[in-house]
Amino acid sequence: MATLDIKKIWHYLTRYIDNFLLAGIFLLMLTGLIVLYSATGGNSARVISQLINMVVACVVMWIVANIPLREITRMAFPLYALGIIMLVAVALFGEIQNGARRWLNLGIIHIQPSELLKIAVPLMMAWYFDKIHTVIQWHNYIVAILILLLPVILIMRQPDLGTALLILISGFYVIFLAGLSWRVMASLAVMVAVSLPLLWSFGMRDYQRKRIMTMLDPSQDALGAGYHTIQSSIAIGSGGIAGKGWLKGTQSQLDFLPEPSTDFIFSVFSEEFGLIGNSLLLSLYLIVIGRSLIITATAPTRFTRLVAGSISLTFFTYIFVNIGMVSGILPVVGIPLPLISYGGTSMVTILLGFGILMSIHAHPKLVKT
Amino acid sequence: MNKAVELRDHIREIRNFRIRLIISAIGVVILFGLLFSRFFYLQVVQVEHYTTLAEANRIAIQPLTPNRGLIFDRNGEILAQNYTAYTLEIVPDQVKDLEAVLDELATIVEISAEDRRRFAKLKRENTRFKSLPIRTRLTDFEVARFAENQYRFPGIEIKAHPLRHYPKGELFSHVIGYIGRISDKDLEQLEADKRLKNYRGSTHIGRTGIEKSYESVLHGQTGFEQVETDAIGRSVRSLSRTPPIAGNDLILSLDIGLQQAAVQAFGDYRGALVALDPTNGEILAFVSKPGFDPNLFVEGIDHLNWRLLNESIDRPLNNRALRGVYPPGSVFKPFMALAGLELGKRTPNYGFSDPGFFSLPGSSHRFRDWKPGGHGWVDLHKSLVVSCDTYYYRLAHDLGITNIHDFIGKFGFGQETGIDIPGEVTGLLPSPEWKRRRFNQNWLPGDTISVGIGQGFNLATPLQLTFGMMLLANDGKAYRPHFVKRQIDHYKNLVEEDFVEEVYRLELKQEYLDYVKQALADVTRPGGTASRAGANTAYTFAGKTGTSQVINIKQGERYNAHKVDERHRDHALFSAFAPVETPEIVLTVLVENGGSGGSTAAPIARKVLDYFFLGKMPESDEKAE
Repeated sequence: MATLDIKKIWHYLTRYIDNFLLAGIFLLMLTGLIVLYSATGGNSARVISQLINMVVACVVMWIVANIPLREITRMAFPLYALGIIMLVAVALFGEIQNGARRWLNLGIIHIQPSELLKIAVPLMMAWYFDKIHTVIQWHNYIVAILILLLPVILIMRQPDLGTALLILISGFYVIFLAGLSWRVMASLAVMVAVSLPLLWSFGMRDYQRKRIMTMLDPSQDALGAGYHTIQSSIAIGSGGIAGKGWLKGTQSQLDFLPEPSTDFIFSVFSEEFGLIGNSLLLSLYLIVIGRSLIITATAPTRFTRLVAGSISLTFFTYIFVNIGMVSGILPVVGIPLPLISYGGTSMVTILLGFGILMSIHAHPKLVKT
Repeated sequence: MNKAVELRDHIREIRNFRIRLIISAIGVVILFGLLFSRFFYLQVVQVEHYTTLAEANRIAIQPLTPNRGLIFDRNGEILAQNYTAYTLEIVPDQVKDLEAVLDELATIVEISAEDRRRFAKLKRENTRFKSLPIRTRLTDFEVARFAENQYRFPGIEIKAHPLRHYPKGELFSHVIGYIGRISDKDLEQLEADKRLKNYRGSTHIGRTGIEKSYESVLHGQTGFEQVETDAIGRSVRSLSRTPPIAGNDLILSLDIGLQQAAVQAFGDYRGALVALDPTNGEILAFVSKPGFDPNLFVEGIDHLNWRLLNESIDRPLNNRALRGVYPPGSVFKPFMALAGLELGKRTPNYGFSDPGFFSLPGSSHRFRDWKPGGHGWVDLHKSLVVSCDTYYYRLAHDLGITNIHDFIGKFGFGQETGIDIPGEVTGLLPSPEWKRRRFNQNWLPGDTISVGIGQGFNLATPLQLTFGMMLLANDGKAYRPHFVKRQIDHYKNLVEEDFVEEVYRLELKQEYLDYVKQALADVTRPGGTASRAGANTAYTFAGKTGTSQVINIKQGERYNAHKVDERHRDHALFSAFAPVETPEIVLTVLVENGGSGGSTAAPIARKVLDYFFLGKMPESDEKAE
């Protein structure tokens, strides 16, 4: 009897969980813990705290995976509305940290509403496209873009350029997968290219300009932003093919790297595990992304297709931007490496996304539209 | 609406979606490929470049040594100051063929055989990565010449070190003390005190005197600079900086003029002088003769000078005022007199005819008075004025050692005064317990008799005698003797001057105090033992002469100063205060082998008082200065 019960419970627990995805996620998390131990100089307290973050995030993922798709669809608008309200509240009463107004103090917890919107914006846009029962027309795209730009502008004003850009990208994925014509996208690209100088002159703050300049020539600001890029490149480069070995990275162990447990954790990994480790890590990410894209491809509804696609590609974008940043091919923006960097918020957001993916994959019995 | 809206075609929509998804997947792979190629570039193509950078990549934390606080006398004359000395330093680890490099270096700056020997010793004692001095105190010319040629000497550089200079030389050597190079023992101590971190970069530490006792305030707070260094450890640029906080300046209560007057008044004599302000305990002059040049110790004293100082028969390193213990001799008598009055063993009117000696009942041993034949009729007043020994032999006998010990102990004898420089000794106020502990012998009645005139086991430092005299002058009030009058914290813009501390107050009968003080005033008047020194003063002063035996005179033999070796002659003592009514200064003069207190010590005190009250500098034999 007992064994039967356990089987039942096990089945109940795992029926909406995608084992393939879960395995990939666990492997990445494990890697994260190993690198974190090294990055913090053997601080087991940080590793344990991260482990707790992971457990919390996994619980969130499990809960979301168990939510029927219909409910997720229904939540799109309320979540988006809540997110916008909170962004406005942040603009009005938010706490200032490091010169940016991003946090909302709710007494017990501090909330960063932009994190919520990372999920809410694609959901809302997909929901909007899903409501259209005809072929999507150009004005639908305009509305979708407005849905996207409202939170993006609010977040840019905080200022949090990195998050704003990522939400912009995740929204763009929705529009792109919804079928925006290539011609329009080409003209959009031209528009962006033309508006970049304007953005440079009027839309950016000094430190943001500096970051981009630094990316182009890190030695210009060797003590400031460029210092991070230079030290990070040295860490990666000196890792060589096989790496220096776990806990043996001099760059990371001798405190040359900035934020080695969060944004720059990849440099630590790369220095200690070398090209071989990097290749394995990229492969692991590729597997997770691949699985996500397969789930996307088989998603039953327009809503789920768009949401799944956006989540999968945004996950990829995080990885690409973070690694691109630490290896010196993208400007330094504060984006953590998914599933590896220390931090609870990003861990929860990422796994929440995977929860939605799992729900989409495991609840296919919805009426096809 | 001019055109019908197309209805959804699910098949087409899914197909289009999948095409775009495939395109996205291809994009993902391409971008990952881009990352991979970047890793390949960094980790395979450029691996050597980055490995070198990682090796060279050293961010060094360089300590910034704070300026040591300056020391001034009460009038703002500087007693300890800082200057910068240029030192040529080598990091042995960074120099391949040291001997050859040193030979080459010797063509630029002078490097003596001794420098090399000293460096070799330092090299043995230190780690290879530590920067060690090969030449100190480079001249400006040498600095410039080396700077021109620096490129030829990787791993060798000129460093500027702050050093201490004592412009007054030996005048204040025993008070200010000196700083010396930090030794391993110091490091251990600093470690134990959790102060080691603040000494990173410091090369010197207070060794003696004020420099030692006020080390923690003089040293200041070490700052730090984070610098990026290149492959050979040279700092390339500063990343961040926490400036050092200079140590506090100290304003001492010492008066350089009074000190000078005292030293000149001593002439060629060895000895000590302590003068303090009885109203607050501030020390005005503190002399131990001979002194030494503290500057010799700052950069490490060389062997020859060390031997000269250490083995000199005059023992210039000995702080006589603080650590020299002498039998207080007759200076002990006023305290005895007070004890007799306070404890009811004597009244002012009590007197007897002095036969010139005292014998214990049932003993034929004669304790002789200094004056053969005695002083005739002696009462308490006269006993002090003429310093009658017989009177005090009797008094001691009547009081008993325990009374003497307990009563006079309250005047600071046999204990530390708590002065703010290190090394004070307690002297000795004997008691039967002490004798048992020390010699495992019983106290003998004769021991008490000797103690009564400040001889026997009795030992006191000039500082203690001054402290005791302050209690008398002050009617029983004692302040802790101290040198630091003010402390100036430039960083906090703060002046601290609360160093006056009343240690205790003895409840003594004013009538008795006045009686003793009056007798002491009469010591300096005609008929008194210091009458010559007290002649024609513009102020009133009171004091007590003393003579402290250096060798024991055999029973029945007379002491003849001319017959004994100069070093075995009696020490002369004089302890005084002035003016009598409201004392402003208390001082004790001790002249080693000076003979009698009245003839040598008291005149010195007079000269010092003349300077103090009248600004008259004593005649000096050495006017050349």
